[in-house]
Amino acid sequence: MAGIPHDPYKPGTKIEKWVDRRLPIGGLIHGTLTIPTPKNLNWMWIWGIILTVCLALQIITGIALVMHYVPDTEKAFASVEHIMRNVNGGWLLRYMHQNGAMLFFAAVYLHIFRGLYYGSYKEPREITWILGILIYILMMATAFMGYVLPWGQMSFWGATVITNLFSAVPLIGDDIVVWLWGGYSVDNPTLTRFFSLHYLLPFLIAGLVVLHIWAFHSTGNNNPTGVEVRRDSVEVAKRDTVPFWPYYVIKDLFALAVILAVFIVIVFFMPNFLGHPDNYVEANPLATPAHIVPEWYFLPFYAILRAITDDLWIMMLMPFDAKLGGVIAMFGSIAVLAIVPWLDTSRVRSGKYRPQFKVWFWLFIVNFFVLMWAGSQPATDTVAMISLLGTVYWFAYFLVILPLLGITEKPLPRPATIEEAFDAEHPIEPTGGATSGGPIATPAE
Amino acid sequence: MSGDGNRRDFLYVATGATGVVVTGAAVWPLVDQMNPSADVLALASIEVDVSSMDPGSQLTVKWRGKPVFIRRRSEAEIEAAQKVALTDLPDQDARNFNRDGADAEDGNRTLDADGEWLVMLGVCTHLGCVPLSDSGDFNAWFCPCHGSHYDTAGRIRKGPAPQNLPVPQAAFVSEGVIKLG
Repeated sequence: MAGIPHDPYKPGTKIEKWVDRRLPIGGLIHGTLTIPTPKNLNWMWIWGIILTVCLALQIITGIALVMHYVPDTEKAFASVEHIMRNVNGGWLLRYMHQNGAMLFFAAVYLHIFRGLYYGSYKEPREITWILGILIYILMMATAFMGYVLPWGQMSFWGATVITNLFSAVPLIGDDIVVWLWGGYSVDNPTLTRFFSLHYLLPFLIAGLVVLHIWAFHSTGNNNPTGVEVRRDSVEVAKRDTVPFWPYYVIKDLFALAVILAVFIVIVFFMPNFLGHPDNYVEANPLATPAHIVPEWYFLPFYAILRAITDDLWIMMLMPFDAKLGGVIAMFGSIAVLAIVPWLDTSRVRSGKYRPQFKVWFWLFIVNFFVLMWAGSQPATDTVAMISLLGTVYWFAYFLVILPLLGITEKPLPRPATIEEAFDAEHPIEPTGGATSGGPIATPAE
Repeated sequence: MSGDGNRRDFLYVATGATGVVVTGAAVWPLVDQMNPSADVLALASIEVDVSSMDPGSQLTVKWRGKPVFIRRRSEAEIEAAQKVALTDLPDQDARNFNRDGADAEDGNRTLDADGEWLVMLGVCTHLGCVPLSDSGDFNAWFCPCHGSHYDTAGRIRKGPAPQNLPVPQAAFVSEGVIKLG
């Protein structure tokens, strides 16, 4: 594999040599596991592994659930209750799958925010970033279709509202919706195709994950300083890195243990805390629940969808109505993420050395949660105004602030190498004196 | 074709074009299978007995998987709908399948000349929720999802919905029986 120089794979045993001559898979595994990884990665670099575990967890629990679930409008709701009550351990499988989706999204948002703060999307990691956004979009599609499968009230009406978004497309919108439904409303054909795609998409995600990992293994990981690993020789590279196995594997496993402990507490003691009680009422096409809300991980984008109304002055200038405007804003708010490598003009990669960027970045994070709150509320005038302000800031951050900051901001001095930054943060203890255990300040010379 | 074009270029283009056509022919059935199937299309029309309905009452029936509101309007409701000026309506099209292109005057929305029978899809034109009857600012239909208010003729008056509730293909086939579709 290209990238940071490291010790090549040498098949040791006779069996390894025999296999290597026929299928060099040992080298692939060795190269992937022992990849030189910057030695200064902090705790925000654990989410990639957590996400990989989430994907595996969802696929494994999903395959088990499919053995009992029936994708039919007459039987779907009852089959989910059958899983909960009759299937051995079915409740655990379902609650893990349901809450696993939430852990998946919590981790992906932290992973994306990490990338935005440390400039992981910048040259030469643009393809890694775009693959990540594609994975995120597929995750949203998968989660949406999976939520429809239990055929509860929120399933049905969520599916109705979201598929109706496509009716905003000019001219062919209504035909697209009928095509998506396979009928004149969300019904059995819709349920069966969603089931088919919900099973398919995770495997597409897995394929993209392989490309995602391949891409950043080629460029090397970013790190909190944003300074690249030196590549002059294997020896020099070793001063900036440690091999992924065993160092980061152990660190990531520790993080995983902590996160899974929290996850299991939620699964066992409060599995429906973040769900919606209306989804335990079977779907009824003749009665809409009083307040339709998506799952929490979609709320910021739902708020952006609802923020565009016909009474905005900007909508007077637009050649389309607010319905299409809201849909464009919602999809645009995700699309804008994909092009951020070309919107951010700063050549300083890490936000750590960008004093003004930090302020705007944290405002962006706060805004994300404000939008999440706004998306959960009934659409009153105040909520609409807050959603609108949040939407404006979302787009302004990417389209105005990031391009301008790179020109106006004066960045702080950066360390020359990862080694230098690491040694400054972790001074080497003087030999002999360190009995108290804590790090001792090096006396001035 | 310029002087550079030769037999081999022609073969490249011809092979490529054939490949595109064959791929399209192979993909189309996969796309088309998602369109409504024959049995879904076959259930496209139903007949509803409305002879027992009193003025001011409403019947909701399921047609093509969607709720259809059949309302026998009271005198007060008819009056309220008729006195609205066309210019007060955000959507001035009747949205009536049976009267294509007519304006949204109350007379163009109803099934009969007296304006007693109003038949329309109970699907909000915003994002497809079912509006609640006898509620909202006009004491007619109100969509709880995103706050759209419709008047006693099912016309959008306030809120994010862009259009009036659509009137489907409907007609009295005999005394007290309405055929939908």
